[in-house]
Amino acid sequence: MSKNINSMMLKRQSAEKRFRFYGQASLAIALIMLVVIISSMTYRSIPAFTNYGLNLSINLSKENIAQDNINYRRLIRDNISLLDSGCDDRKCRKEFLRLFSSGAAYELRDTIENDPSLIGKDFSKFILFSDDADLFYKFGIDNSLPESERRLNDREITWLNGFKELGLVEKRFSTNLFTNGDSREPEIAGVLGAVIGSLLTILITLIISFPIGVLSAIYLESFAPKNKLTDFIEVNINNLAAVPSIVFGLLGLALFINFFGMPRSAPLVGGCVLSLMTLPVIIIATRASLQSVPPSIREAALAVGASEMQVVFQHLLPAALPGILTGTIIGLARAFGESAPLLLIGMVAFVVDIPGSFTDPATALPVQVYLWADSPERAFVAKTSAATLVLIFLLIIINLAAVILRKKYQLKW
Amino acid sequence: MPNYHGLFVILSSLLPCIIFLIVFISIDGFIKGVVIQNHLPNSLILLGQEEVDFSVSILRNNIHNLQSILSLEILSTDSANSLYNYYFFYRAGFLTLIICITTFLAYLAGKKLNVRFDARRNVEKILKFIFFVFSIVAVLTTFGIILSLIFETVRFFSQVSFSEFLFGIHWSPQTAIREGQVGSSGSFGAIPIFTGTLLITAISMLIAVPLGLYSAIYLSQYARPKVRNYFKPILEILAGIPTVVYGFFAALSVGPFIRSTGESLGLTVSTESALAAGLVMGIMIIPYVSSLSDDVMTAVPESLRDGSLALGATKSETIRKVIFPAALPGIVGAILLAISRAIGETMIVVMAAGLAANLTANPLSAVTTVTVQIVTLLVGDQEFDSPKTLAAFALGLVLFFITLVLNILAMVTVRKYRERYE
Repeated sequence: MSKNINSMMLKRQSAEKRFRFYGQASLAIALIMLVVIISSMTYRSIPAFTNYGLNLSINLSKENIAQDNINYRRLIRDNISLLDSGCDDRKCRKEFLRLFSSGAAYELRDTIENDPSLIGKDFSKFILFSDDADLFYKFGIDNSLPESERRLNDREITWLNGFKELGLVEKRFSTNLFTNGDSREPEIAGVLGAVIGSLLTILITLIISFPIGVLSAIYLESFAPKNKLTDFIEVNINNLAAVPSIVFGLLGLALFINFFGMPRSAPLVGGCVLSLMTLPVIIIATRASLQSVPPSIREAALAVGASEMQVVFQHLLPAALPGILTGTIIGLARAFGESAPLLLIGMVAFVVDIPGSFTDPATALPVQVYLWADSPERAFVAKTSAATLVLIFLLIIINLAAVILRKKYQLKW
Repeated sequence: MPNYHGLFVILSSLLPCIIFLIVFISIDGFIKGVVIQNHLPNSLILLGQEEVDFSVSILRNNIHNLQSILSLEILSTDSANSLYNYYFFYRAGFLTLIICITTFLAYLAGKKLNVRFDARRNVEKILKFIFFVFSIVAVLTTFGIILSLIFETVRFFSQVSFSEFLFGIHWSPQTAIREGQVGSSGSFGAIPIFTGTLLITAISMLIAVPLGLYSAIYLSQYARPKVRNYFKPILEILAGIPTVVYGFFAALSVGPFIRSTGESLGLTVSTESALAAGLVMGIMIIPYVSSLSDDVMTAVPESLRDGSLALGATKSETIRKVIFPAALPGIVGAILLAISRAIGETMIVVMAAGLAANLTANPLSAVTTVTVQIVTLLVGDQEFDSPKTLAAFALGLVLFFITLVLNILAMVTVRKYRERYE
């Protein structure tokens, strides 16, 4: 009998341990996945932060021309040809030129425009290699593949090795990543355009959703009569918070673009769509934070003769403000990382220029990640990972702001 | 209180002004079109509707700088000048009208003010009304969604039969854009899309429900408060990572990993598999399950737990046989919300699940989902009347209603649960 009980107890105890272990294991798996995702993005993004290039000497001393008349593309081409390629036919020279980034001419133009005194001098300029050459220096190349299946042929590899032996090759931090807009060339593509586009979009979202959200929450919480209509509004808001984001994109396409004729690809429309999405989040957060203000404050203000409106704006709102702002920031952070609705309203366009206004064509950072992830060039893998890191980094900053705000100003009752 | 008097005048004059401005902006485009159309030369109108629409859109975009497009020879210099003048007078006239009305209203409001006038109550009435209008925005959004989806869907079903959409098993909208081809109407049987969505949702729930529930059980029942305060926010980071990052991770790392593992086991796996998308989506959804389950389990009354422990049950027995059943409605609500979330998730499936509408239950093959199809049908060049683009709205309507039903079910179950223990 006691033997039975003992074995039963053992069973129960081991079941207990097992159960607890399952809990710990699930939590551990979830956290490990978090670490895996972040670290795999970080690891894969490392190559994107550096670029290989070489110092090309530019001879402008012999030529005596006005700044406006310089053909930069040709200038770069001529000076690259001065490097020893050992070429005698056109095809070979073309191949040699292809080793260098096609953005080099633009960079040379910017350098000379910043410092016109360079005209008439010889100077050296750091120019980037093209993405294939860059990848060769970063990862080497698989020689076992037949030449036709490689991105670089044997001759190109010989040239690249030659540069290295001559000590011409230099590795520099890739500022392009942070100062350029999008480009078809991985070595000159950057996230700045997308970041600005995102900021413009979020600004519109904030301007629209914050006042509407806070004021409608105040109405529902403090002034609304209890009737069918306000019940309906409440159910509506709760449901709206759980509507898939892509449905808001469909609404934006049908309503803002096709019906109102607003411009496609513009941060203005993106901001409008995202603000409809953020609205319920702000309303719910504001209501929760107004509810957490103790009724005694309201009653005290009413007792000394304040009107309902004065109670709300002079007493409840200041007390609830930290909570409201935290909720707003969290809602905006979600909008910042959102991409699906933006795809539908055309913010997936290939935009090289950095957007300067709310109606310029623009893209957003998450959409840029999507676009780059779709690009066939291998160098874009690292770029995409770097862009996701930038995205995550910005989100961390936004969320930290919310946490600090809450810690510092939240009132404890 | 003089500031209320001032505020009363401002509100009663500016509010109508803003309403007028909004009306003006919304009809501006229409009027612009009419004005431009009246100025088009007859020779151009004879060329047909398409040419007219094209010219109108060019003129519309350049109306402030008509000189620059004279070279396009749509308008002569004279009619360009006259068009500009018309446009200028129409705009200036409207603005003057608004300013006059505003001033007049301000004058009327100013006359009302006297010692006995209760400005504060009047201002508060107006403000309350404004707030009420703001709170209607959420309702308008819902109506906007429903109306725009239904409107386009009705147009879709005027071209494609209802039964083909709901019960057809072939989905290839792409053929619809090529005219004069055999089967140029395209085929819009959405069954493969629905099964694909279900397959991926099922895989993600297989991951998210056990992991999320066990994490919630551990955090709410076993972990010390310090550990709980530390790990709960970290777990919720998973829900804060943008979905496009998950999508990239799924396409770049998980897909190829599953493929190579599968191949070494002798299985044929496509790079874009339902499994890869489902796995990653499951991880994303863990916090949606765990967070709410955690809350409802913590909310189970202490007396139930104490009673069970006092009868000699172990902690795990208490959890499984007392707390879990008591919290079940809330947990079901959490799972329903998670399912609705998984069905509506877009970026992960767009990047990792593929486009081929295969009717299969094999998680190793590529399937497509409702959201993927909406994105592929609407991104890029589109003609607005083709069944191809309209199909996206029909799919959107289905998506909206399914998630609506799930959300309302979840809300009702959670509310019932809350009432039981309050």
